[in-house]
Amino acid sequence: MKHSETFAITAHGDREIVVTRVFDAPRRLVFDAYTKPELVKRWLLGPDGWSMPVCEIDLRAGGKYRYVWRQDSDGKEMGMGGVYREVVAPERFVATEIFDEAWYPGEAVDTIVFVEREGKTTMTQTILYDSRETRDAVLKSPMQKGMAMSYDRLEGFLASVGSVVVSA
Amino acid sequence: MEPTGYVISSARLDATFAALADPTRRAILARLAKGEASVQELAEPFAMSQPAISKHLKVLERAGLISRGREAQRRPRRLEARPLREATQWMEKYRQFWEAQFGRLDTLLQEMKSAGVKVRRKNNS
Repeated sequence: MKHSETFAITAHGDREIVVTRVFDAPRRLVFDAYTKPELVKRWLLGPDGWSMPVCEIDLRAGGKYRYVWRQDSDGKEMGMGGVYREVVAPERFVATEIFDEAWYPGEAVDTIVFVEREGKTTMTQTILYDSRETRDAVLKSPMQKGMAMSYDRLEGFLASVGSVVVSA
Repeated sequence: MEPTGYVISSARLDATFAALADPTRRAILARLAKGEASVQELAEPFAMSQPAISKHLKVLERAGLISRGREAQRRPRRLEARPLREATQWMEKYRQFWEAQFGRLDTLLQEMKSAGVKVRRKNNS
């Protein structure tokens, strides 16, 4: 599948989840798209039918960021935010992340690294959970279970078995 | 940055993914996708005892992924469609969620590339 070549979600070690994606643009632009509010609001919109009315970013070590998404149909809101621990433009940034109604205790630390090669940029996002307890709680959520498995393998399996099942 | 995490959440999905996390159980389901089979028939392709296979079948049964037929002797196992269909739909939604985000970012980056100077000037002001 085409997306498998440029997009991957994998488990790494005991406490990490790693998301990678290749973008056809120099990393200076990708870094901006991840860190300038007017640009972030253009793409980090959440699930279909949601918008991002709040996107505040104070891009410096110790600076805060705050995201709020809103479901357009019923006005339901979901927020998250954190503090930047390290900012090295356009190479990397490290930030804590916590959801207002987190489904896991404690906060996670995101490390996002941009590597440019021949005009393309590989983004690697490593999400590190803060304790064994947190990790265990995260593993109990269905989303993370899906991620903890080899994503493509599971997807391929579900596609093959699922098509038999759905057509039955 | 994964809002899907609590938009979609259910104990059933959890049980389904836990059951699917094992290669032997996936192989059993793949076999049952072709038609029902007895415990003995299911044990044959694996270098495993019947009790070991039964343990896996119990996990699959608890997750609602398989059920037992009525035939008294064979008690053939068969695949249950619904949980797998839900899991498939969930995976598809999840993939679509990320692909939609990154797809929008692709579009934005193309715009930034073609009008890069303008965007930078605006952001620096």
